[in-house]
Amino acid sequence: MITSAMPLLQIRNVTRRFGAFTAVDAVSLDIEAGEFFTLLGPSGCGKTTLLRMIAGFDAPDAGELLLDGRPLAGIPPEARPLHTVFQSYALFPHMSVAGNVAFPLEMAGCAKDEIRRRVAETLALVHLEDKGAQFPHELSGGQKQRVALARGLVNRPRLLLLDEPLGALDAKLRQEMQGELIRLQRDVGVTFVFVTHSQQEALALSHRVAVMKAGRVEQCDVPDRLYTQPANRFVADFIGKINLIEVEVVAASKIQLHLRAEGLGAIAATDPRPLRPGDRGAFALRPELLRVHAHGEAAGLKNHFSGTVRELLYLGDVTHYKIALDCGLVLEALMPNAAPGRAKFHEIGDPVAVSWRHDAGVFLHEPPAR
Amino acid sequence: MSRRPVDLTRWLVVAPPTLFLLAFFLAPALIVVAASLREPGEFGGLAPLDNLRQLTAESYRFLLGDPIYAEIFARSFVVAALTTLICVVLAYPLAWLIARSPKRRRDFLVLLVVLPFASNFLVRIYAWIMLLGPANLLYTPFAVIAGLVYVHLPFMVLPLYTNLEKHDPALLEAAQDLGASRWTRFWRITFPLSLPGIGSGSALVFIPVLGMFAVPELLGGTGDILIGNLIKEQFLDNRDWPLGSALSILLTAAVLGLAGVAALAGRRGAGGTGAVS
Ligand SMILES: Nc1ncnc2c1ncn2[C@@H]1O[C@H](COP(=O)(O)OP(=O)(O)OP(=O)(O)O)[C@@H](O)[C@H]1O
Ligand SMILES: [Mg+2]
Repeated sequence: MITSAMPLLQIRNVTRRFGAFTAVDAVSLDIEAGEFFTLLGPSGCGKTTLLRMIAGFDAPDAGELLLDGRPLAGIPPEARPLHTVFQSYALFPHMSVAGNVAFPLEMAGCAKDEIRRRVAETLALVHLEDKGAQFPHELSGGQKQRVALARGLVNRPRLLLLDEPLGALDAKLRQEMQGELIRLQRDVGVTFVFVTHSQQEALALSHRVAVMKAGRVEQCDVPDRLYTQPANRFVADFIGKINLIEVEVVAASKIQLHLRAEGLGAIAATDPRPLRPGDRGAFALRPELLRVHAHGEAAGLKNHFSGTVRELLYLGDVTHYKIALDCGLVLEALMPNAAPGRAKFHEIGDPVAVSWRHDAGVFLHEPPAR
Repeated sequence: MSRRPVDLTRWLVVAPPTLFLLAFFLAPALIVVAASLREPGEFGGLAPLDNLRQLTAESYRFLLGDPIYAEIFARSFVVAALTTLICVVLAYPLAWLIARSPKRRRDFLVLLVVLPFASNFLVRIYAWIMLLGPANLLYTPFAVIAGLVYVHLPFMVLPLYTNLEKHDPALLEAAQDLGASRWTRFWRITFPLSLPGIGSGSALVFIPVLGMFAVPELLGGTGDILIGNLIKEQFLDNRDWPLGSALSILLTAAVLGLAGVAALAGRRGAGGTGAVS
């Protein structure tokens, strides 16, 4: 990723209201040139609305959008150097595949020879070199998707907006196209702003992800930080599986954090933030960071609690446990089945112990609402 | 084994419309063909036919021999084409506006388009006489065209509206997103996709105009008669049924020929279009 002095697209405090309802609420994001940037969030959180404002089909009620530092306000969609790949593909049914891909070049006034050359080039890029003469209704879903991508990329826009482009594909094709998208974006070097409500897709594809909820950006970060350092309960819960334990700060030193959970007792954690005793929040712990031992087996870890196996799901490579702790709290744990030295699986009803390292979880500080 | 009941069902479904078409379309057509090959009766109708050798192509020979008939045919086709063209030009913006208006208002607007049908056809033509008379435009080719366009306009608006209403607005957004101006969006997307609508509307206007006799008779001058008038005259005034029948047959043949050419041209031109009917 090349980081120049100025972001390619600056979204500054953009707000869009429909009547009394605020669909996009003071969103600020910087998108760098060459980036694969993803907007992730549940249905109705304002992803499409934000994308439509970038494309120019809608205008913010407040805030502004800057492309290369220049305001986009007042520039109609046809004059913006960016293209959209629609979820429904929106291929022109009366034009052949080649005609569809040639359309943006014709609009840009390219010469006939150049159009022919670049259409062929782009169709090859999406592996449709032999489909140029066919019409959209003769193509499969995945092929239509590729034509839509080719049409959006053919004249190398500054920015390609993709609104759930994989939403209409089945699971297998989806996975295949995810690989394609990563390759395409890398080869072509066009900046992607990608919309999805699949966290798996967002983590797999993106350089950076903005997690949205009810019109606001909850967190914007690189995928692994989003996963390991969620900023709040919503992000933690939305991305992957996680255990959330209600806790209160007992003592906080420079990096050591002593938490207390109702019924469970003391939890040792780390946190560099200045926290004070009495601060409340949730302690978030990924299932794969928990260890499950036979009861009585020494763990040597500070966070060590006993319980019984409530449920288990054997998945081949891993086993997914639900452990009921003695205090009544249920934690989920994910254990690899190939771990060396493991004598046997734990069965339902087995007395076990769970433990985790002091730096395994994250404390999600939730200041009381004023 | 299970084919029998299916076959039977198919026959039960297909038979009634087939019989209906045979009885009320094909049979009359054959009767008209037969009539066109006979002699006119002394006091109208047809002369009695004693043996098949009395069949004659005299009516056709007469029609093809006198250039006045070819001229009326040609003029009728020009008038029909002109009427169709004017209908397209007038109906397009109207259909487009209806298709673009909010869903709740569309049905009401369509109702307004067909509302003239609620009053009698002749009354409406007489209204035109009262309108055109004072303006000194009555009994002119203009009056005929105006009347024909007025009568047939809804037949163009309705299929066009049905077509335009089905257009996916995402296509126009995609075109705009890819750099197309308003004009380009119309000519590259909306217009080509509406061609099937224009096609059906044109058929619904062009063909009835050729058979229309009331409008030219009431609004036009003596020089403005169309094939429809000619046919009507043979049956009601001249009482030459064979000649009238021969005229009908020639008209039908010409229309079918034209439809065939249009279908061929459509198939070649449209390529794989099939998304919007
Ligand atoms: N034109 C509009 N008029 C009124 N409300 C609208 C309009 N467009 C969007 N909304 C509302 O704004 C909210 C955000 O819509 P948006 O389409 O941006 O959601 P989204 O995040 O793209 O959801 P999805 O994942 O389902 O596509 C929704 O509650 C929607 O009902
Ligand atoms: Mg959406």
